[in-house]
Amino acid sequence: MNQAILLSSSNQNIDFMVHGLTKFKLFGQTIYITTTHVCVFIVMMVLLIFSIVAHVKLKKAEDVPKGFQNVVEFIVELLNMMVNGSMGRWAPKFVNYISTLFIFILFSNISGLLGLRPPTADYGTTFALGIMTFILIHFNQFKHQSGKQIWTDMCSPLPPWLPIWFPINLISEIAVPISLSLRLFANILSGTVMMALVYGLLTAVAKIWPAALHVYFDLFSGAIQTYVFCMLTMTYIAQACESEE
Amino acid sequence: MNINGSDLIKACSAIGAGLAVIAGIGPGVGQGIAAGHGASAVGRNPGAQGKIMATMLLGQAVAETTGLYGLLVAMLLLFVQPLS
Repeated sequence: MNQAILLSSSNQNIDFMVHGLTKFKLFGQTIYITTTHVCVFIVMMVLLIFSIVAHVKLKKAEDVPKGFQNVVEFIVELLNMMVNGSMGRWAPKFVNYISTLFIFILFSNISGLLGLRPPTADYGTTFALGIMTFILIHFNQFKHQSGKQIWTDMCSPLPPWLPIWFPINLISEIAVPISLSLRLFANILSGTVMMALVYGLLTAVAKIWPAALHVYFDLFSGAIQTYVFCMLTMTYIAQACESEE
Repeated sequence: MNINGSDLIKACSAIGAGLAVIAGIGPGVGQGIAAGHGASAVGRNPGAQGKIMATMLLGQAVAETTGLYGLLVAMLLLFVQPLS
């Protein structure tokens, strides 16, 4: 594991890297079980238990909600409102996926508060999410638009018989999942690194005030980036679903 | 004090990392402009504060991306050390 060249000289243990916990061989490749896997598993377990409890509770839902039912209905209404606001008539088809994405990314981002290393601070996690968005965009594009229209779009500033701009548009299509995932990854990673630096280099004076930094880096930044990721995903998908005629 | 090649590369990587995060200037200016226009929009139409806020935050987050690329280059230079 490469240590920081600037930080390895100090005695404090500054740790924000992904560590391999155990490893095993599969088809001749060494595969590591890293901290990210464990943290994703913990987040998944929490969400799974929450959803099972919500399911059991809502089996016997009351007309006048109170307590836990209130919370669940509030969350669902909020997510429905967000998806409806930006996808319009395509909302009912995608509200489940976007809501799942939102809750998973939000819990992953704020899991730094609980002492976990946020799973979204690993490029593997966010790139997987970006790839899912990419596949959804292009599946819906081929489903809702004709081949001729897609070709016209790809050659867009010039007429379709002159495909000079085609490679440039192709690159901009491929850049979508990369920029989408790098944005989330870099934001969460920068928060993790900043907190590790505060705790590692200022150990003597880091008593209570890092809590304010946690509120900014974990809660605020995490929530904003979750919102942005879901918003951009919805915008791209809605754009791919619209056929122009 | 003798400095060998790998020390030199490490020192230059550190300088390069410092130069790479200068990319943060652009997003700072861009986010400031977005926030200023958002504030004036709220002043003109206080009823639409929620929508203006959402649009402003989305635009700011997109503008932030270029600065984050600079940050990533700095992190790669410091921690992955591709040159040494």
